Amino acid sequence: MGADFVVLSLVPIAIGILVSVSCALLGNFLVLRRQSLIGDAVSHVVLPGIVGAFVLTGTVAAGAMLLGAGIAAVVAVLIIEVVRRVGRVEPGAAMGVVFTTLFAAGVLLLEQSDTSSVHLDVEHALYGNLESLIWLAGGAGWPALLDAEALAALPPQLPRLALVTLAVVVFLLVFWKELVIGTFDATFAESIGARPGLVGFALIVMVAVAAVAAFDAVGSIIVIAMFICPPAAAQLMTDRLVPQLAWSVLFAVVSAVAGYVLAGYGPLWLGASYSVSAAGMIATVSGLILALACLAGPRRFGSRTAARRRARQSQSSMSNSLQV
Amino acid sequence: MTAFLAALLLGAGYNTAVVTIGAAILGGSAGAIGTFILLRKRSLVSDAVSHGTLPGLALAFIVMAWLTGDGRNIVALMAGAALSATLGLLCVDWITRRTRLTEDAAIGAVLSVFFGFGIVLLTVIQSLQTGGQAGIAGYLLGSTAGMLRSEAETIAVAALLTGAVVFALRRPFTLVCFDEDYAATRGIDVRLTDLAMMGVLLAVTVIGLKVAGLVLIVALTIIPPVTARFWTDRPGRMVLIAAAFGAAAGYVGGAISASGHDLPTGAVIVLTASAFFALSLVLSPVRGLMSGLVTRLRFRRRVHERQGLLALARGEAIYDPLTIKVLRRAGHIRADGVATLKGRAAAAAAVREEALWALYRRLHPDEAAALDHQGLVPIDRALPPDVVADLSARLEPALTGAR
Repeated sequence: MGADFVVLSLVPIAIGILVSVSCALLGNFLVLRRQSLIGDAVSHVVLPGIVGAFVLTGTVAAGAMLLGAGIAAVVAVLIIEVVRRVGRVEPGAAMGVVFTTLFAAGVLLLEQSDTSSVHLDVEHALYGNLESLIWLAGGAGWPALLDAEALAALPPQLPRLALVTLAVVVFLLVFWKELVIGTFDATFAESIGARPGLVGFALIVMVAVAAVAAFDAVGSIIVIAMFICPPAAAQLMTDRLVPQLAWSVLFAVVSAVAGYVLAGYGPLWLGASYSVSAAGMIATVSGLILALACLAGPRRFGSRTAARRRARQSQSSMSNSLQV
Repeated sequence: MTAFLAALLLGAGYNTAVVTIGAAILGGSAGAIGTFILLRKRSLVSDAVSHGTLPGLALAFIVMAWLTGDGRNIVALMAGAALSATLGLLCVDWITRRTRLTEDAAIGAVLSVFFGFGIVLLTVIQSLQTGGQAGIAGYLLGSTAGMLRSEAETIAVAALLTGAVVFALRRPFTLVCFDEDYAATRGIDVRLTDLAMMGVLLAVTVIGLKVAGLVLIVALTIIPPVTARFWTDRPGRMVLIAAAFGAAAGYVGGAISASGHDLPTGAVIVLTASAFFALSLVLSPVRGLMSGLVTRLRFRRRVHERQGLLALARGEAIYDPLTIKVLRRAGHIRADGVATLKGRAAAAAAVREEALWALYRRLHPDEAAALDHQGLVPIDRALPPDVVADLSARLEPALTGAR
């Protein structure tokens, strides 16, 4: 746990935690609103956004890429709304039509444009390269954290993601009341003027911001996993919203740390000499946590009363069958 | 362009022809089964299925590379993909039934976790010292460029078989989609039918992996059925239309992709299907943008004409420019705004219509409330003749009495 750790692992782990926490926090509301797959759609749409930005500007500067991806995400959400309303298409299908089309457009554009000189490919957008975000200036070990010069050489993704996580937290605090009412009772929210439609759209925009900021560091697959798995597992632990958020943050942090460590060192423990994709491993660990919650989470059947009712029903049906 | 035409007319070599026809058959089968999945409102389940294939693909590759030294055995890869996709499907089903989580959360969780684990296995493959690693990458986005003839033929035949299964099972599928309970009383096992539906979906997905890639194959089962929905309200026809759109997208997309460089097959096929979708969204006679616009304009004109005629009958001046335009065009008024003979007759008729409708609304308020656009449709077209006769019989004495 010396200088090597600070140089090679500290920054990726920190980035993994930031991405996981910001996505998991927003994911709680997506899961409760039955919009889990919006995260999936938005992170696919990031690809045409970044390729489009590259074709227009000719650079892979982070600013242009992020802007392009953000615009693509918001445009995609608007098109989904239009297809759903105008064509009277079922929401899931509307989403499927739009995100696959845009993703296909991104793939085609990528193949058509000359991106051989820059590092831009579909695989990168899908599963990123968390391991490459090393901090060379951290060679001094832990004391480097206090050295302003070394801190300035941190990979730019880290401060960017810290900012996004902060923005997510501020968004949740500011719109907490509206989000909660809109999530649990949209009709009531409408009747008291809490603008559930507008707040819902703001939530989607925040989802897009989080997904776009994360894709560059970790790729979209971990983003989709973090929007859904920790919140879903948290939902099986408790009936109350604030504890659910707390559980989801805990699960997200555990997935990020355990996933990174397993990817980096797991194969070494098994005697192999390579490491595996950290993004994929983090998603896998979050899935394992969800599986555990599905098997043993105290609220996996629903609220306490619902579980009791179910137990009584199964008991009575059992006694019925015994009588027969 | 000539290359495209050659590919379209199957003149660009045997391999290209087989790939193009295979893509068409695949698109047709995917469109047909996708229709039932759409009607069952489970379109995005196919997304979980397609992403769920990755770990199986990678494991099959590793096992084959370990056993034979070359992992690119299409049958083994397909079997592995099918197995892991089945596992994913069972997970979605289990999570939805056993826990409080909704289906969308289950789908999202399964697709991201399976895909993530698949990526982990892919990095394991990269570290293996075996050849043919590029072969596995082709399954992510689909590639027909280096496809062997035997592979193309396998795909075509398998797609044809699944299409035949859909045809054989179309009746139970349709019944379960529309009325589960009725289907159950007719002796159809709903769970088994659902399972069969998912099985066919899974087969189509696995077969299509090599052509469209696992990120995009889901589009082939969603876009053509949604497109078909714009053209018909009948399930039987919808299946046929969806299959036709899917086949056309596969055929044209396959030909375009074969005719040039840097034209990835999956993306081109999906974009072709999307083009059909966009056209249908605009042009469909029943639910399209254009027909909606036309209906709305026609409705507005009718409201203005009716209001203008009523104003004429009451001898009031008309100021609204659109109303004046509508009345002028119908020949009801002259350029100076004075009613023509025809206009006066039409105005009298409009007053009578309005009175009949008002009477109907007073006598039968419930039935009247249930009618669309009531009052604007000529009454003898909207109501049965005996009702109209009864209404006018009641109205005439009232009119004469007032006089």
